[in-house]
Amino acid sequence: MNAGDALTPRTFAITRADLVAYAEAAGDPNPIHQDEAVARSVGLPGVIAHGMLTLGLVGRAVEEWTGGAEVVELGCKFTQPVVVPAEGAAEVVVAGTVKSVADGLVTLALEVTCEGTKVLGMPKAVVRA
Amino acid sequence: MPVDQSLVGREFPPTAPLEVTVERVAAFAASLGTSYDDAGTPPAVPPTYPIVLAFDAMQAFLASEQIDLFRIVHGEQRFTYERPVRLGDVLTATLSVVSLRQIGGADIIGTSSAITDADGALVCTGRATLVHSAAPAATPSAEQETA
Repeated sequence: MNAGDALTPRTFAITRADLVAYAEAAGDPNPIHQDEAVARSVGLPGVIAHGMLTLGLVGRAVEEWTGGAEVVELGCKFTQPVVVPAEGAAEVVVAGTVKSVADGLVTLALEVTCEGTKVLGMPKAVVRA
Repeated sequence: MPVDQSLVGREFPPTAPLEVTVERVAAFAASLGTSYDDAGTPPAVPPTYPIVLAFDAMQAFLASEQIDLFRIVHGEQRFTYERPVRLGDVLTATLSVVSLRQIGGADIIGTSSAITDADGALVCTGRATLVHSAAPAATPSAEQETA
């Protein structure tokens, strides 16, 4: 990988059923990810995906792009909610470029969007070259 | 309830040790739409898997402070890894509150969870910002976050 390389964007669909499975596997029972009324009661636009589900999908993209390279840093701000409809799915697109390669580490610049809106702030992944 | 400034700097008790088993990792991977099995050379444990430990620590912290989980939105999460998580690891998370601010009726709680193995060695650190909307009508805005 070389600085400036563009990585093939990955698109992931998130359904309500995925939220149930993720909640179970991650041990996160927060009802804002399941229950429309609770989500709205705290000012959210609807049922939202777990931020860590979105970041987990970023982790998948990074793994695929780098051939399973060891991740040394992964993180982001959750700046916009990914609203998951009762029927159908929310689509999250993970795009990236190689920002730098130095000292045995590859830093990726990422852009993560849902319906054209950036949902993560300052997403960053660093893997071993 | 108001979240108290005296929280800052407090370390909460370590979570119960949890073994990284094939079943747990496979369920976690499946919930991300991918697969995991230990036949042959197992693929890497998903890098966000340590959230299972960090979330456990967060829930204990919220319970201890009588904060409702449904009023919490995740504002930020950053992991730094000393080494990859491996099958058979027995992990524990120890959460500390590192910062606290109030913005527009929301408490912005900065936490850091040290995730250690059975030998007490650091495996990874998870830094999280939790946005706690105390008032029912408040709209948490993680966008204003600058932590």
